[in-house]
Amino acid sequence: MAPDTLLFEEELRGGASFAHVLKRGTALRITAVDGGANVPVTFFNFEIPVERYNMPDTLKAQHTAHLTRGHCIYSDMGRVLCSITHDTVGWHDPIGAHSTDESVKEKYGEHGYQEFRNDWYTSTRQNFLRELAKFGMDRRDLQGQINFFSKVHVDNDGRMNFIPGNSKPGDYVELRAEMNTLIIIDTNPHPLDPNPTYQPKRVHLRFHRAEPVAADDYCRNSCPENIRGFINSERYFL
Amino acid sequence: MSDRVLVESPLDPATAIYDQVLPDGDGWIHEVKKGQTFRIVDLGGNQAADTLFYSARDFSERYSALDTINAQGAIYLTTGSRLLSNLGNELMVITADTCGRHDTLGGACAAESNQVRYSIDKRYMHNCRNSFTMALASWGVGKRDMTSNVNFFMNVPVTPEGKLTFEDGISDAGKYVEMKATMDVAVVISNCPQLNNPCNAYNPTPVRLLVWGADVP
Repeated sequence: MAPDTLLFEEELRGGASFAHVLKRGTALRITAVDGGANVPVTFFNFEIPVERYNMPDTLKAQHTAHLTRGHCIYSDMGRVLCSITHDTVGWHDPIGAHSTDESVKEKYGEHGYQEFRNDWYTSTRQNFLRELAKFGMDRRDLQGQINFFSKVHVDNDGRMNFIPGNSKPGDYVELRAEMNTLIIIDTNPHPLDPNPTYQPKRVHLRFHRAEPVAADDYCRNSCPENIRGFINSERYFL
Repeated sequence: MSDRVLVESPLDPATAIYDQVLPDGDGWIHEVKKGQTFRIVDLGGNQAADTLFYSARDFSERYSALDTINAQGAIYLTTGSRLLSNLGNELMVITADTCGRHDTLGGACAAESNQVRYSIDKRYMHNCRNSFTMALASWGVGKRDMTSNVNFFMNVPVTPEGKLTFEDGISDAGKYVEMKATMDVAVVISNCPQLNNPCNAYNPTPVRLLVWGADVP
């Protein structure tokens, strides 16, 4: 990618969170610096936040229970919020939950600020709710998330199994905003990760300008449903 | 598909304190009080009953599909499934089920999702989120609180390869699912009006809704 497209970049440490309005026509590359990352992300239409990421609509439109390059992230209004334009992983998890203060305490024990300062244990729920509060939102607005870099396999009986080691150092996924999308990013471990030690992994975030969406764009044309989702997003800006 | 475990209920419809038929395509909102038992009967077979659950005392506490399936480690709901809230509390527990598998990943149809899934010009068609919107509005609750739902009697398998598929129904006329309320729960149902999908043979049908008091053994 050309260097002059760079907007800014930063490292997000393990257990930390970040909110940003990803403007239409810009993109975010998330790189798993160390591998084994889990990056829960949730999405809102920044202008009308009651329009937000909808997991069932995203999965039904694309007949999938995992996400990778070519897939679109849908709002509950039939519009594409973001599309996944690059991916070296192949499987990101939309059906796992995210950690809560209670689940972190139960799994890893207490690890508070008084003793551990900024190495204290956090949870995705706590981080999401705090970032949401900065935008005037609360738990009523929190609908779920995509766990980037994680894989949850479902067997024929419906049992869910977390597959460790789904990402290696340097793996990345890139999200291109098709609407002005408020994204809230966290780096806490997946609640189904069997690792008994709290080891959230840092990731690198690179924000840059995206190429204009061409008529033959891979995400737009990956299924007939996505063509219609893109049409709905495009009409929103007319 | 593995064998489903079917569990019948000892409860007699003659002793129910509520017994109504919800016509195809209609919405419904009702408070099921702590200890009461609630049954949905699929009268015509393979009819989707799209259902939301809230704490009747605080609508910001509501059913969470992701927390529910992650806690039980399995994506389908049946007897023994605990329907959990976003605060990790049990809203309902399924106590009987003669269908054996219910979906909670497939969501609810909407005007806009019908546009994406079928055709841009399908926006006018009646859909579940229209029914949810109006049922919730009758209690002063808005879209912000519209959240993840259960699709009783729907079969939406996830394959080991990670595909989401819509399979032929496994329910039938007279199959039912029954659940006991762990707290006072507001239950909202859209008796799905979808006409674009063969899941209900393009023919939505009524469901029967029954409630038994907490004092019924």
